[in-house]
Amino acid sequence: MSQETHTIRHLLDAYKTGTKSADIAAQYLDAIKNDTHGAFISVVDSDELLAQARGIDEARARGEDTGVLGGVPIALKDNICVKGGPVSAGSRILDQADGRFISPYDATVVTKLKAAGALILGKTNLDEFAMGSSNENSAFGAVKNPADPERVPGGSSGGSAAAVAANLCVAALGSDTGGSIRQPAAFTGTVGLKPTYGRVSRFGLIAFASSLDQIGPMTRTVEDAALMLNVLAGPCPHDMTSMDVPSEDWTQSLSRGVEGLKVGVPKEYFGPGVDGLSREVRASVQETLQRLESEGAQIQEVSLPHTKYAVATYYLLATAEASSNLARFDGVRYGHRAEARELQELYTKSRSEGFGPEVKRRIMLGTYVLSAGFYDAYYKKAQSVRTLITRDFENAFKAVDVILGPTTPNVAFRLGEKTDDPLQMYLEDIFTISCNLAGLPGISVPGPTSDLPIGIQILAPHFREDLVFQAASVIENGGRS
Amino acid sequence: MSIYDTWELVVGCEVHCQLATQSKIFSAAPTTFGAAPNSHVNEVDLGLPGVLPVLNKHAVELAVKAALALNCTLNMRSVFARKNYFYPDLPKGYQISQHDLPICEHGHLEVDVEDRAVRVGITRIHMEEDAGKSSHMSGAPFSLVDLNRAGVPLIEIVSEPDLRHPDEVIAYLKELRSIVMYLGVCDGNMQEGSFRCDANVSVRRRGETELGTRCELKNLNSFKFIKDAINYEMRRQIELIESGQKVVQQTRLYNPDKGVTFPMRDKEEAHDYRYFPEPDLPPLVLDEDWVSRLKEELVELPAAKRQRYQEELGLSAQDAAVLAADKPVADYFEAACEAPKWAKTTANWVIHEILREASADTIGDFALTPAHLAELVELIETKVISGKIAKDVLGYVLESGEMPAKIVETRGLRQVTDTGAIAAIVDQILADNPDKVEEFRAGKEALKGWFVGQVMKASKGKANPQAVNELLDQKLS
Repeated sequence: MSQETHTIRHLLDAYKTGTKSADIAAQYLDAIKNDTHGAFISVVDSDELLAQARGIDEARARGEDTGVLGGVPIALKDNICVKGGPVSAGSRILDQADGRFISPYDATVVTKLKAAGALILGKTNLDEFAMGSSNENSAFGAVKNPADPERVPGGSSGGSAAAVAANLCVAALGSDTGGSIRQPAAFTGTVGLKPTYGRVSRFGLIAFASSLDQIGPMTRTVEDAALMLNVLAGPCPHDMTSMDVPSEDWTQSLSRGVEGLKVGVPKEYFGPGVDGLSREVRASVQETLQRLESEGAQIQEVSLPHTKYAVATYYLLATAEASSNLARFDGVRYGHRAEARELQELYTKSRSEGFGPEVKRRIMLGTYVLSAGFYDAYYKKAQSVRTLITRDFENAFKAVDVILGPTTPNVAFRLGEKTDDPLQMYLEDIFTISCNLAGLPGISVPGPTSDLPIGIQILAPHFREDLVFQAASVIENGGRS
Repeated sequence: MSIYDTWELVVGCEVHCQLATQSKIFSAAPTTFGAAPNSHVNEVDLGLPGVLPVLNKHAVELAVKAALALNCTLNMRSVFARKNYFYPDLPKGYQISQHDLPICEHGHLEVDVEDRAVRVGITRIHMEEDAGKSSHMSGAPFSLVDLNRAGVPLIEIVSEPDLRHPDEVIAYLKELRSIVMYLGVCDGNMQEGSFRCDANVSVRRRGETELGTRCELKNLNSFKFIKDAINYEMRRQIELIESGQKVVQQTRLYNPDKGVTFPMRDKEEAHDYRYFPEPDLPPLVLDEDWVSRLKEELVELPAAKRQRYQEELGLSAQDAAVLAADKPVADYFEAACEAPKWAKTTANWVIHEILREASADTIGDFALTPAHLAELVELIETKVISGKIAKDVLGYVLESGEMPAKIVETRGLRQVTDTGAIAAIVDQILADNPDKVEEFRAGKEALKGWFVGQVMKASKGKANPQAVNELLDQKLS
């Protein structure tokens, strides 16, 4: 690496002792320009960014408060809207005759980051409309895993994960609907947090599945994730699903240790139902549990009996909501509009030309799930099973404080390895998916490994991100609190 | 022999009312009618990527008021749902509406039709957003879309198929419109589309219990068109059935120039809307206390006013109906009506004089205020002036704004009731016209009017007409 690998904490300290934001910004812009991983779709104008960074330096020199993230370079997944900037959702459907669709408004998380003084570097690559587990579904090319460029970084927030892992930004935002922050974090050896549903505003996030989506931080350390959540969390007047719950300073949870913490391990995650839980992943989890126990945690088995229905439930509900959310991409008001002589042709051509195959697959599946005669058997039934899955967690949390398991069944697979079989790809999400269905907070933190990165997942009850950070902090330090 | 002897008409209505809020149901954009196209839209109304709906509380308040006024059972917990279909004036590709759990159900409205009372069931009322407007220019290779209307709050009021005659349909719709205007829920403007009536029409032979196939009549923007369209449609369906054909279920529009209904061009038959609960909006939960307060605040409705005007004020049913039809007129009348015993006179003045110069829309600002009218009525009832002079006073009030009593004094319009004074004038007239007196006594009774006129002229209109008549009767006999 040609420049120092920064964390937010590290960088803020460096700024206090004379480092200049303009220099840091220039270094990151340079690194992005030379990136070989395909992590970014668009980068901001250098002159504007450097001018902004210089402004922060000058304010700092005058003794002004430059914000809790003042001068910290952040990348955003390209399904988050920035005012005046292009947004693609990883798709060609937002291409217009005059360039890409430019958002006229800021997402709430962007407003918050800007208010905190963050420098937004650009937009990262993603599976199209956040639909995917490998970042191979992007219309802008696949992303390579910095840990091994012949392997996928995971998805759908593959670009953000790669950018953090390859030191192309200090931190990034991703979005998580079925594991799209946590799984790429696991594959790239970074930290990825999905907050409780309703903790962070979805206003300005291009919707995939409205009842499952959440924006979250992707960082190098657990502390950085806590610093980011401090800025992102809070009820939003533009999002009626955001919850009016008190925010906290989550850095307070980091040094609590795990003495007396009850850690549940779901027996279903290690049983015969789960395809292909690899030996290395299993070993990493065991080692982590031993370390936690030696730090005073109480490990016990829990049961989540409906785990085996989670993937099917997810793919019915998420695709149903997506089929509706993506109806607005019709070529009428913005985005790609095909040549057509009448209305039906306008719709079918624009959408056929603009959407990629996985997106089309899911729209068709979702439309079918909601259709007359099938709604009860599929959509309604899946919602009922969702309640059962949520209850599994409620029951488990009566006995334990947090639930621990592997984030993924295996390490990062090779590019092209799973693209022939969509169903195989869907099974990648088996450990992460229940968390979205139940709306719980979850983190992936790097666990012990002798080779490719392995992620350990911690889940906690609704709005108990403090417990997530408490446990994750200990795991990150190799079991030392 | 009427067609109704052999056939029964069955009609149910779906009425879409635009709620009179400042901003849209799910966004802060304004709702005012007539703005330049696409000027009352923001990112939410345009269905841009990443936007979310935020529910307008005032819209809920107005919907609840309508529900209470129509005797519905509120669902304290109701759910918004997406109605999915593709059309250029529907920006998100779905309309946010309510499906399985609307805000209220099971209401009713009683309306009077000529000699009978008809009770119309209200199946449900639900909240939803309006779509934009499409303009199709014939011959042009394009259509135009204006999204100003997209997102305007609506309630859809669905009636049971309880209506059996076009007059019943019109009576129901008029009463419904009156009520929503009374409540301030909707401005009732049918031309601008804030009150839109669709009618589901079917027929069956008398005695049949099964409902016939129905057609939905849409885009009927006046009560006359509704009546004519239903009449035409009833005959059309009967003719089809009598000639051995079947009525095809379809949506039809009305052509007022030709007086016929015709099938709507090309809206796809039998849409599958794939309704599912709107995941971007939590269920709407109403607070009991809030609802109770709204109930208490409900203004007295037209039906209650009509009853009260008849029972307590002694007005005729017809007059009560005219006064109660529009709230501004009822408010004006009630403010002017100082004493119940004078209610009839006040009513006559409002109906026959005031409403000649002002309408329901303008009566609130009318130069002759309720205070003016109240004083005028007092002057009439206490016989200070005659009815005829009062009409002149009305004119003077409109010119000057002065109070009637002052005008009467300054212009010396007091009625002459002193029978002695009137008798003197009568005697003078009779004395001056002996030949006419002869003719009258000989049988030309019509001359009485001429004598009255002369006495009134001589008294400059101030003689009490009743006294004049009595004295003439006396002296001419």
